[in-house]
Amino acid sequence: MNTIETIKERYQQLQSNNGSSVLTPIEQHAFNTFNTLGIPTVKNEEWKYTRINGVFNKEYAFNPEDISASISESDLNAIRFPGDEKTNELVFVNGLYSNELSTIHSENLTVISLEEATKSEYRELVLQHLGHSSKYINDGLNALNTAFAAEGVFIHVKKGDIVEHPVYIYNIIDARSANILAQPRVLIYVGENAQVIFAENYATFGAAESFTNQVTEIVVEKDALVEYYKIQNDAAHTNQVTTTHIRQIGKSLVNTVTVSLDGGIVRNNLNIAMEAEYSESHFFGLYFLKGATHVDNHTVVDNVKPHCQSNELYKGAVDDNATAVFNGKIFVQKDAQKTNAYQSNKNLLLSNNATVNTKPQLEIFADDVKCSHGCTVGQLDEEALFYLRSRGISEAAAKSLLIHAFAVDILGHIKPEAIRQHVDELISRRLGVEIE
Amino acid sequence: MLSINNLHARIEEKEILKGINLDIKAGEVHAIMGPNGSGKSTLASVLAGRPEYEVTGGSVEFLEKDLLELSPEERAGEGIFLAFQYPVEIPGLTTTNFIKTAVNEVRKYRGQAPYDAVQFLKLMREKMAMVEINQSLLSRSLNEGFSGGEKKRNEIFQMAMLEPKLAILDETDSGLDIDAIRIVANGVNKLRNKDNAVLLVTHYQRLLDYIVPDFVHVLYNGRIVKSGTKELAFELEEKGYDFIKNEVAQEA
Ligand SMILES: Nc1ncnc2c1ncn2[C@@H]1O[C@H](COP(=O)(O)OP(=O)(O)OP(=O)(O)O)[C@@H](O)[C@H]1O
Ligand SMILES: [Mg+2]
Repeated sequence: MNTIETIKERYQQLQSNNGSSVLTPIEQHAFNTFNTLGIPTVKNEEWKYTRINGVFNKEYAFNPEDISASISESDLNAIRFPGDEKTNELVFVNGLYSNELSTIHSENLTVISLEEATKSEYRELVLQHLGHSSKYINDGLNALNTAFAAEGVFIHVKKGDIVEHPVYIYNIIDARSANILAQPRVLIYVGENAQVIFAENYATFGAAESFTNQVTEIVVEKDALVEYYKIQNDAAHTNQVTTTHIRQIGKSLVNTVTVSLDGGIVRNNLNIAMEAEYSESHFFGLYFLKGATHVDNHTVVDNVKPHCQSNELYKGAVDDNATAVFNGKIFVQKDAQKTNAYQSNKNLLLSNNATVNTKPQLEIFADDVKCSHGCTVGQLDEEALFYLRSRGISEAAAKSLLIHAFAVDILGHIKPEAIRQHVDELISRRLGVEIE
Repeated sequence: MLSINNLHARIEEKEILKGINLDIKAGEVHAIMGPNGSGKSTLASVLAGRPEYEVTGGSVEFLEKDLLELSPEERAGEGIFLAFQYPVEIPGLTTTNFIKTAVNEVRKYRGQAPYDAVQFLKLMREKMAMVEINQSLLSRSLNEGFSGGEKKRNEIFQMAMLEPKLAILDETDSGLDIDAIRIVANGVNKLRNKDNAVLLVTHYQRLLDYIVPDFVHVLYNGRIVKSGTKELAFELEEKGYDFIKNEVAQEA
């Protein structure tokens, strides 16, 4: 049975087992959309450089059971971000949230299933915001995730509170006995005046293949501050499509950094809808690609209201047969006067077989705005390389130091020191340099 | 220590060194002077192993090794150090991190154990004092936004850290104020001993008051056309290069 059939069978099963809920029509609608659109091919303009349908030629298990028990403490330790006993940890295994493995210390942080949320005080919030990403990402994969939305979770950050300890999200796949398809789904609501830091990573155990199709929707209220760090360093036999959809519905500040290292095919959709005046967002990306890794960052900044500021900088180095795709869209809607939007993508091309496709797009419907964008693809500076070598540093080490130096400014935007250091260590290990 | 024999080199089809001969013994200081564009930096770069230059003839022996066979990093390991005329800026790489990597790579090449953090810090403090360079400068990105003089001082600091056998200083005095020249010269003099040597490229006799050369050579049009003692530098300072150019023209 191929994966599409597995998915369909699972869907039918779920729908007949579970009684109807308010999420059912949303799921049904999404499932129909999935059936109509299918898996995106390179004919879809948004998928021109990323051939994701090949991933579906394989068979995957798409299991409804909670298999938290298969993940040991030492498995967890192997993938943990640095933290202390107060750190909040949300663990997903094969796409499903695991109550057992997760630990929540902060009182102002609530994590419940989306299904449960619709039966609670959060009902209206969920119904209002769930699925908003489909307005921006109109493809079969987004719909496929939504078709199983009831299995997702709702994260609520209480108004007026600072979540003092970071919220770590571990997306774990246990592929020790079969190829795995996982579909984590999260809706995060950050209340007025709240402050919260999220950091997430992806890790696969086992040698079988995995495909993660993740959708995270984040709603940010007035005067809230959200930092979101995504660290991707999974094995080369894992593929993932992640959507991070952020709505700033009140004047707020959002800071995101997406770091992509190892992996198979990695596609990141990052949308920022700036729906409130005077909002500010910063989003940064960093990638160091080797082997046959393919990383595609698609970003959308939608300036809906006036006086918003966005600042986007993605930087990366691409070696071997690896590919980096960058597609950055900035929309400035008719009402969004005095928008200030900056975008830049800078690449180092390190091998003749490496590929970079970079495409900035501006669509501006207002007249009093400041927007700039630019992209560069260059090589390592020969002068600098010789300078380092003349000091006794081997050619390989000199290259690594220069590649590290090229991107290190992005690291500076990871504000929590422990995470920044952790990421720098991952990068340094990947580049084979020693950084103090 | 260094023996250059009929060295020819070119860059992008343009021949620049047209038969250089030069012998430097341990303990000696040699100065090279000469008009702009005569090939002084080219010679320095070829000795340090800059890949863009193609050696088309001749040989260079350094401490019994064929220098031209070695990569730039191997040359540094053997004890060659070039203080660049135009040091490169590298945003994102701190000077400290860079010099630590360099020192330990060179130590590895020489079969010595790498310095740990404490040993390295001690060495760094000592050399910083010697060349009167500030910690705050070294914590910044390598040469980024450094003033001309700060860059040159950083070159001398690196030299002090790497303890080369042959230091080639390419116009390290240019752009330095009078105090800085004295500091740089003091640094060089403190590092001098009977086992190492210095090759100075300079346009000004003034530096040679501080670092007294055993020999002065004039490089013109890709050749060393005149050699002498430090008096030659005074003569050049006084008369300019015209008399040399005339001599060369007459010989031809
Ligand atoms: N990439 C290149 N292509 C062509 N010619 C070059 C190149 N690099 C250097 N040259 C030429 O080689 C010649 C020698 O240059 P070099 O830098 O060695 O001179 P120099 O003696 O150090 O001069 P200065 O006193 O101005 O520092 C110059 O005429 C210069 O223009
Ligand atoms: Mg020069």
